[in-house]
This record gives sequence, C-alpha cells and structure tokens, in this order.
Amino acid sequence: MNGRWLARRIGMAFVVIYTTITLTFFLIRLMPGSPIDRMRAELYQRYGATMSEAEINRQVRLYLNVKPDEPLHVQYFDYVIKTFQGDLGYSYIQGVEVSVLLADVLPWTVFLLSVAITFQYVIGILLGAMMAYTEGSRFDLSASALSTFVVSVPFYVFAFILVFFFVFQWGIFPQGGKFAAGLNPGSLAWYRSVLYHATLPVVSLVATGFGGIALSMRANSIQTLGSDYIRGARLRGLSDHRISYRYVARNAILPLYTGLLIQIGFLFGGSVILEQIFSYRGVGYLMLDSALRRDYPVMMGAFLVITIAVVVGVFVADLTYGRLDPRIETGGEGR
Amino acid sequence: MSDRQVDEDIPLEVVSDVDRTREDRIRDLLLTYVVVPGRILITDPRALFGFGVVIAYLLIGTVGVWLLEPTEMWAGGRLVQPFQTLDHPLGTDPQGRDLLKMIIFGTPPILTMIFSGGLFVVVVGTVVGTVAGFSGGRLDDVLSTITDVALTIPGLPLIIVLAVTLEPENPVLIGVLLGINGWAGLARNLRSQVLSVREEDYVEAADAMGIPMRSILLKDVMPNVMPYVMYNFMSSMRGVLFAAIGLYYLGVLPYNQDHWGVLIRQAYAGGALTAGSMFHWILWPIVTVVLLSIGLILVSQSTDRLFNPRVHARHED
Repeated sequence: MNGRWLARRIGMAFVVIYTTITLTFFLIRLMPGSPIDRMRAELYQRYGATMSEAEINRQVRLYLNVKPDEPLHVQYFDYVIKTFQGDLGYSYIQGVEVSVLLADVLPWTVFLLSVAITFQYVIGILLGAMMAYTEGSRFDLSASALSTFVVSVPFYVFAFILVFFFVFQWGIFPQGGKFAAGLNPGSLAWYRSVLYHATLPVVSLVATGFGGIALSMRANSIQTLGSDYIRGARLRGLSDHRISYRYVARNAILPLYTGLLIQIGFLFGGSVILEQIFSYRGVGYLMLDSALRRDYPVMMGAFLVITIAVVVGVFVADLTYGRLDPRIETGGEGR
Repeated sequence: MSDRQVDEDIPLEVVSDVDRTREDRIRDLLLTYVVVPGRILITDPRALFGFGVVIAYLLIGTVGVWLLEPTEMWAGGRLVQPFQTLDHPLGTDPQGRDLLKMIIFGTPPILTMIFSGGLFVVVVGTVVGTVAGFSGGRLDDVLSTITDVALTIPGLPLIIVLAVTLEPENPVLIGVLLGINGWAGLARNLRSQVLSVREEDYVEAADAMGIPMRSILLKDVMPNVMPYVMYNFMSSMRGVLFAAIGLYYLGVLPYNQDHWGVLIRQAYAGGALTAGSMFHWILWPIVTVVLLSIGLILVSQSTDRLFNPRVHARHED
C-alpha cells in the first residue's frame, strides 16, 4: 500500500469527524433557542429561584458537555477534546452516559447494514454482468426494466408493503425487535432469532438497492466488453474464463466504488427510517427517538457516531479499493 | 441552409464572412433545445412516458388545484373503499375526507420542495465542481476537501439535526435543507469531468487566444457537462422527494399544511398497515410518490440522449 495515499485517507477521515464535532458544537451553542437556552429555561421552570446560576451552569456542563460560563473558544476546545476522548455527555431523559447508550446499539446497525450492503453488491454485480453478456436479449430488457423500477421505489415504501403483508396479513415475520424475548444470548436459538428478526429490514434494503448497482455494472461491462484490449485478449487465445474475471469483471467493478462510498453514507443515514419502521433498536432508532423527545445530548452523540461509522466504512472500502486497483500500488492517482 | 452553400464554395479560405443575426441564433437555440430533443423524444417511449408523468404532476399542482375545491371532514362516509363511487374514486380516510383531493392539494408544497431542493443541489454542485476543476492549486484543494467532507457526513441524520434545531416550515427552505449535502456528489464528478475537458485542445487554444476564463467556462466547458447537470437535477429532485416523505413520515419536520408526507404519516399512525380495510389510505399517497419518482428517473435517463450532440447529429435533418 502506498504510504502517502494511506496518510491522505486517514487525514481525510479526521477532517470529517472534526467537522462534525464542530457542527454539533455550534448547533448546541449558537442556535437561537439552542439546547442550552432550552435546558436553562426548563431548569428555571422546575426549580425556580432555589437553583443558583452556578448550579444551573454545572447541570448544563454535565449534560451537554459545554461550560457556559467560560469564553467561547475555551468551551469549543474543551468540547472537542472531551468528545475525542469518548465523553459525549449524559442523556436528559435516562440520565445514562450517552456513550454507554450508543455502544449498546451500534453493533446492531452495523450488522444489519453490512449484511444488506453485501447482498446488494453481490446480487447487483452478478445480475449486471449477466445483463451485459446477454445484451439486447429479452432477459436483459426485463431485468433492466425491473432494475429501473426498483430504483424508483424508496426503501421505506417497500418496507411498508413488506410489513403489511408479511407481518399483519400473513403473520410470517415478527413486527419488530432484534430477537425474541427469553432466549439465552449466544445460544443457537438466539442466533436464529436474530437472523429471523433481521430478515425483513435486510430484504427491504436489498430489494430496492440492487437495481442501481446492476444498471451501472451493466453499463460498465458493456463499455469494457467493447474495448480494444478485450478483442486483443480474445485474439491472443486467452480462455473465456480468464477474460471475464481478470479483464472484464475487474475493470467493470472498479467504477462501482464511488457508488459504494455514497451508498454506505446513504444506508447509515437511512437507518433512521428503516429501524423506526421495524422497531429495530439500533443507532438510527436511538437518534430518532432522542430527536423527537428533544434529548439533545443523545441526538448529537448518535449523529456523531453514525458519521464515524460512515467514515470507518468508507475507509475500509477505500483500503479494499487500493488492493483491487493496481494504480494505487504504484502511486498513481487512482481517482 | 444558405451558410452551407457558402462553405462549400470556398472551403478553408475564409474564416467567416457571414454575420450571424439574432434570428439565426434564436433559430439555432430552438433547434438545439426544442426541435431536435422533441424529435428524439417522440421516438423514445420511455422518455415520452417520463415527460408525460412529470408534466401531468405539474398540471395537477397548478391547474388542478385552481379548478377543484378542497375536501373537508365527512365529505363522504368513513373509509369508503377505492373504485366504489365516482364521488370518491380513490376512497376516503377514517374521517371521511376524499383521498384523491387530499393528494391533489398535497401536490404544490411537494413540487415546490423538490424543485427548490434540486435547484440548490445543481447550482451549488455546478459552481463548486467547475470552479474547483478549472482553478487548480490551493482553491481546488480547499473546495475538494469541503466536497469530500460534505459527501461523507450522512445526509439524513444531518438533516434531522438541523430540522430539529431550526424547525423550518417554508417548503423552499425545507427543500434547500434536504439538498444540503446532495451537491457534493455532483461537484466531485463535475470536477473530474472539467479536469478532462480542460486538457482538450480547443480549450487550450481558447486560453492561448486570451479569452477570459469566464467565457471559456460558459461557452466551451458548460455545454460539455450540461447533460450530466440536467441528469443530476432530475435525480436530486427524486432524492429530495424521498428524503422529504421519509422525514415527514418520521414526524421530524414540522408541518402547517397537509401533503403526501403528512398523509402517509397520518395513515401509518392511524394503523393503515394493520388492516386491509385501511390499506388504501396509505397506498395512494405511496403510489403518488413512486409514480412521480419513476417519471423523474425516466426523464433523467433520457436527458443524455436528448442533449447529447452525437445523438443530435442523427436527428438534425
């Protein structure tokens, strides 16, 4: 792996996280009717004159991680340093540390989305390749039409329809939750229950996500199939197998990476809606719940954690991209 | 055309002794943007369908709203099923309101939202992308970093955080908010396209002739990237539509008028998914959203064909 390239990627990841922290700070601190003002008003209303200014400031500091009595730049640096140390403040409503709440739910969202992304790409790439090889056939036409149609359906609409039929009409799948109650975590029955509960959310993401990937894979493959070096490889008598894997597939998959980077962000963002529909208590569910209850520390913490998850996901994708694209190895600019 | 006659008579001798009048220019513009795309459109059923759908929504959102009276509570019976009476072709909700009319009167705010969101995405994305690609150096570095950051921060959570702190109610403002990081993908792609256009000989020649950067950008670079920008306009309108409906469904955005997103939320909260007798309540707003989305996608897929100079050449005579 090229050192400079790696350093640039890591630097970029930090810039994104840092920007997000700055953004949450300014939203907490500077917005008119900001969380701080609201919290002050609430405390004042509840305790009236019995609570001193110093005590109110102490409370604000405990929950929001902001010291309202210090000058702005001190508040800012303090907030950034504390956040980088993993201290995200306390939940207004549950009184629990935000980081504890988040650590509890994050693995579930990562599990759900990584399964969904894997299926989306495997199905999309295989289908797209098949469409390209049979270009113009009836299979190609109907698969293209189907792919275009599923791209037009938002994933939550598909989720509604799944819930209507599979949960309420036929009762095949559970309405929500992450696993059935009363099972021993780690037992075989528990794992099966986890997969069972994850089926509908994953299906609604995969069914609406593979189409776009298949369409771009088809376009890339057709373009690659028409290029001179493929004709050259055929003339050199290379086997079909070698041509399709080493020459066509590799070159057609590489441009999909930019899409993958966007898709990771889109899915993690979309988890807010997805987990709400299936009552799946992940990061997205926690974020929405806290947003609706105006539990600002949890909301900001969840936003930050979702961003970090996307940054890490993009970074991992970038590393695998570096392994696939020989230009990265030799130090040329890949993208 | 008469110009062609002149060209054929004195090939390569004279640069151009025919002054283009304003009429010529208008005719050329019409040919490029109306007549030829129209001819291509007629031969492409998918594009025709897409444009038909989008124009139908525009008409419903303007003329339809002006022609009809809005529905009210107990305009019909409770939960009239679809296709039963001509008074309520799509049925009614549990409060006896006509669903078709609710959908029709929900059109203008949504159209305003997606149009302003799409416009915001395209304008910001195009300006940032082309400037970054053409300037190079430090400005390019700064703009590219901002673009990458905006591309990585997940959109929906960012919008939720902003919506909760700002509580916007104006459809235009909501649209802009929903496009807040949609511009980044366009900017990144445009930057690399501009970088490659910049290497072209004719752009280098224009630069060497001392033509100012602004007119090179407008006259030589923009036509090259225009189909892509149009494509993005359509697809980001679809993105804004999806995000808007999703956020109204979640109850994150405040609302002061009923539209499709609010309808879906009310239907979902009213238990429309739990019983077959209520399913039409949530189904019709969903169908409305999906149909508009299909229209936008088909239009966006055809923009390349409609404005691609190579496709044009085949349809010009």
